[in-house]
Amino acid sequence: MSEPDANDPKDVGTTGHEWDGIRELDNPLPRWWLYVFYACIVFAIGYWVAMPAWPTLTGYTKGILHRSDRGQVVSDLQDLNRIRGAEGRMLRNASLQQIEADPRLQAYALAVGQSVFGDNCATCHGTGGTGGKGYANLRDDVWLWGGTLQDIQHTIQVGVRSDNPQARSTIMPGFGKDQILPATQIDDLTEYVVALSGRKADAAAVQRATPIFQANCVVCHGATGLGDQVKGAPNLTDKEWLYGPAREDIRGQIWNGRGGVMPTWQARLDPETIKALAVYVHANAAGK
Amino acid sequence: MVVVIDRTRKVSGENAAGPVSVADRVRRQSDPGGGLYRRRTPIYPKLVHGRWRRIKWAMMFVTLAVYYITPWIRWDRPGILPDQAVLIDFAGRRFYLFDLQFWPQEVYFVTGLLVLSALALFLVSALFGRLWCGYACPQTIWTDLFIYVERLFEGDRNARMRLDAAPWSFDKLWRKVGKHLVWLVVAFSTGGAWIFYFHDAPTVLPAFWQGHAPATAYIFCALLTFTTYVFAGGMREQVCIYMCPWPRIQGGMLDNHSLQMTYRHDRGEPRGPHKKDATWEGRGDCIDCGQCVIVCPMGIDIRDGSQLACINCGLCADACDEVMVRVGRPTGLVAYDTDSAVTDRVEGRAGVYRLIRPRTLVYAGALAVVGAVMLWGLTHRTFISVHVLRDRNPTFVRLHDGAIRNGYTLKISNRSFTTGSARIVFEGPKGAHIETPAAAETTGPLQAIIEANTDRAVRVFVTVPGDALHGPRLPARFTVTLPGGTETVATSFVSDAEDEE
Repeated sequence: MSEPDANDPKDVGTTGHEWDGIRELDNPLPRWWLYVFYACIVFAIGYWVAMPAWPTLTGYTKGILHRSDRGQVVSDLQDLNRIRGAEGRMLRNASLQQIEADPRLQAYALAVGQSVFGDNCATCHGTGGTGGKGYANLRDDVWLWGGTLQDIQHTIQVGVRSDNPQARSTIMPGFGKDQILPATQIDDLTEYVVALSGRKADAAAVQRATPIFQANCVVCHGATGLGDQVKGAPNLTDKEWLYGPAREDIRGQIWNGRGGVMPTWQARLDPETIKALAVYVHANAAGK
Repeated sequence: MVVVIDRTRKVSGENAAGPVSVADRVRRQSDPGGGLYRRRTPIYPKLVHGRWRRIKWAMMFVTLAVYYITPWIRWDRPGILPDQAVLIDFAGRRFYLFDLQFWPQEVYFVTGLLVLSALALFLVSALFGRLWCGYACPQTIWTDLFIYVERLFEGDRNARMRLDAAPWSFDKLWRKVGKHLVWLVVAFSTGGAWIFYFHDAPTVLPAFWQGHAPATAYIFCALLTFTTYVFAGGMREQVCIYMCPWPRIQGGMLDNHSLQMTYRHDRGEPRGPHKKDATWEGRGDCIDCGQCVIVCPMGIDIRDGSQLACINCGLCADACDEVMVRVGRPTGLVAYDTDSAVTDRVEGRAGVYRLIRPRTLVYAGALAVVGAVMLWGLTHRTFISVHVLRDRNPTFVRLHDGAIRNGYTLKISNRSFTTGSARIVFEGPKGAHIETPAAAETTGPLQAIIEANTDRAVRVFVTVPGDALHGPRLPARFTVTLPGGTETVATSFVSDAEDEE
């Protein structure tokens, strides 16, 4: 006897279903397929028992494995702390100078710092830390609030003009906006500041502005315009300008007295992370 | 049910067309046809004595000893470095080999070693056939060992055949169970010894039993136990015939002048049974006793000529020599010989053996060249490597006085066993100051401690006065010197300075 022809209705019969003359052959399922199907059913039952599966009126069946994605995240974070263990603890106990001097701790702090910087600081200071107009460049050697490890750590902790009571904070008056000085005097002051940084300026205007500068600016910027890190007053004699070097930039700053805000990070980052961040910023900045 | 086959039974009439393997004939009989695959015909190799068998025992002893003892050789290395002579430390990414240690970056030494091994295998195969298969391959060694255990429990060939054919009894049960238990112990020791190559052996041994060895140790021990037990216990010759690529590749290495296990049909044919005191005139020396087939662990008939399944182990030669001595004929009817010599003798000439031929010269030459290159590489190896990555964000920084600063990360590897101070020299635009975090700025070289057998990323900043720059991208280079060597890496110094004419 020859093999039954799987495509011949006479050999295998039909299911009795017919659509527009197309009849459905009644071939058996492939064995392997059937077994996989049964295996899936068995697996599904096991899955209901082991994993969260059925909604109930107030919640859902938890399954005997008690698996939950949220629980997984919590345990992952605990694992992370455990993995960081040794270096994390050393970071807590070491001083900033010790961290920077120990190659192993330094490497760890730089890695943590880079990652944290990318998450929290790069938004304003840029991924490379070079800042932008109104946002401090953290790569160069100009520091409004001091560039030592301790200064940087403190700035990160308390922020600048933030809601932290210890925040680094000074307000430059808006000399034009607040009508402290008339516009002509502000024009003259602009020339004076341009001259301070060693550029060519209108000598007559500088002459006129000298007493105005002495009366209004030296309190913070100093008699020679060198600035004062205690007050966060920038040095006006160098080539670094937070709000831009052009005359209109300088005039705008005298007129408006802008001051950026940096949040306090004490509440959001733990002390070890802030240490790592300080080491990272300090290591990548030009010496102080 | 186990089918017992007597390979020595003569089948008349069918082999008129030339020699047909007894084993093949029996296989054909045992296979009723149909089904998806052919049942394996069990092979019961008989114990044989003789020169090649002795060499095989010796090789088994030596190779097993090397395998089991090597990881226990201690080797004193300074500091916290492992004191194991041969250690493949995956976690630490190092390969320790006595006084040498290799980093993943130097994997070409391993590649070279593999190339060298392959060429040696080619050369040996071209000269002497598959000696590797017959004497040194782990599959052969462990199969031999497992057959030895089998013989201890179940006796030699005939006893084993009787036992397999017999119905189940207590005697059969304890012999079978005992054999498999010892097999499992051997397989477990094989898998167990494997993991000592990857972890400190004296540490991982107690840890293994106390249950806190790394998971990979258990996984690989189980894996190797399984493969040893299955390959050497159950699959045996099938691994060589169906799984191993080498029998297929060897065809490319062998030629008429390669020494191989050969049935000298010039002397043996026409074969046939021989009665004592009957004349040897007009007939060959082969008395068709089938001893060569009975002892063959591959279950083949060497008289069929060179074949894929033959591992060139020489046991058939030992068996035949024994018979030849008994019937008073010269030994060496089955021996290491070449196709060409046999053909020569058939045609009435003396056999010519040519070990030196273009093929062997090429293999030997390639072996020498690769060996020399490896030796040169090993002796001229430096123990330092330096990679310089110039910062791309920011590409450069302008300082308050207009000076330009570039940042670099120097990845310095100290591949020696001694901690050293790396001397970092920057050469580039005039007036460059070089500094690293937590160290004073300097115009001279920087120093950075690099621990033995580690690498370290050192941040280096170079500051150049603005008026010293005469182009946007100036050539520069770092030269790093450690006690283990010096390396110079070219890089550049980037600024926004205009090109000067």
